[in-house]
Amino acid sequence: MELYIVLALLVLGYVAGTYRERRHYRSILRREQELVNVPVSSMKTVPFDEDRIERAELIQGSVVVGTDYFKRIAASLRNLFGGNIRVYESLIDRARREAVLRLKESAGDADIVVCLRIETSTIGAGSKNKYACVEAFAYGTAITLKGQCA
Amino acid sequence: MIVTNIESIPGKTVVEHFGLVSGNTIRAKHFGRDFMASLKNIVGGELKGYTELLQESREEATRRMTEEARELGANAVINVRFSTSSVAAGAAEIYAYGTAVLVE
Repeated sequence: MELYIVLALLVLGYVAGTYRERRHYRSILRREQELVNVPVSSMKTVPFDEDRIERAELIQGSVVVGTDYFKRIAASLRNLFGGNIRVYESLIDRARREAVLRLKESAGDADIVVCLRIETSTIGAGSKNKYACVEAFAYGTAITLKGQCA
Repeated sequence: MIVTNIESIPGKTVVEHFGLVSGNTIRAKHFGRDFMASLKNIVGGELKGYTELLQESREEATRRMTEEARELGANAVINVRFSTSSVAAGAAEIYAYGTAVLVE
């Protein structure tokens, strides 16, 4: 009986998880295209003259993405043999790109975002229920220039 | 209060440094959200409740940091960094720190 429950959860996790992941990737790719005109840099310097700058402010974007049942089992199997855990690589990739997209969406009419930093942390891991949630958090300084239409 | 995570406020000059200011907050999730998260962990995807919770905590940490800066007489905080750590199971600590300065 317990085996059936595990199997059902595995199938549900695989079907629903794959569907949701594909949908998320489609939305990420579409929004990355839309926001391609907001330049983002990880450098600390601002590539403009000081007197052209009107405003600088801290902006941020964050997302918590949870894994699905199938990924969790697949990862624990992979743990036995070692190697790339592909199912988690795509999970964290999605989280980071989503966080950067949310940061760009909150940039408003800013001309450039400098000093972008991305931080990743696990939420709720280590407790007995073993949920693997990943938080990706992106922050940076949005610079608005004087008399420029974005 | 101007906040940036670079080492200056572009377009302004720093006239005085006040040293490090910081703010932290530790939050736990309530039962309902935990239950929803356990369901979400079967099918995967974003956990909106947690995203909001962490956003609120980060705002709170930033607010405490800028409050400390204001008490010192600063009008900006530069070089801000955030860090997250899990203190206990089901609770997260958010820490924000930066340098308080006076700019003109």
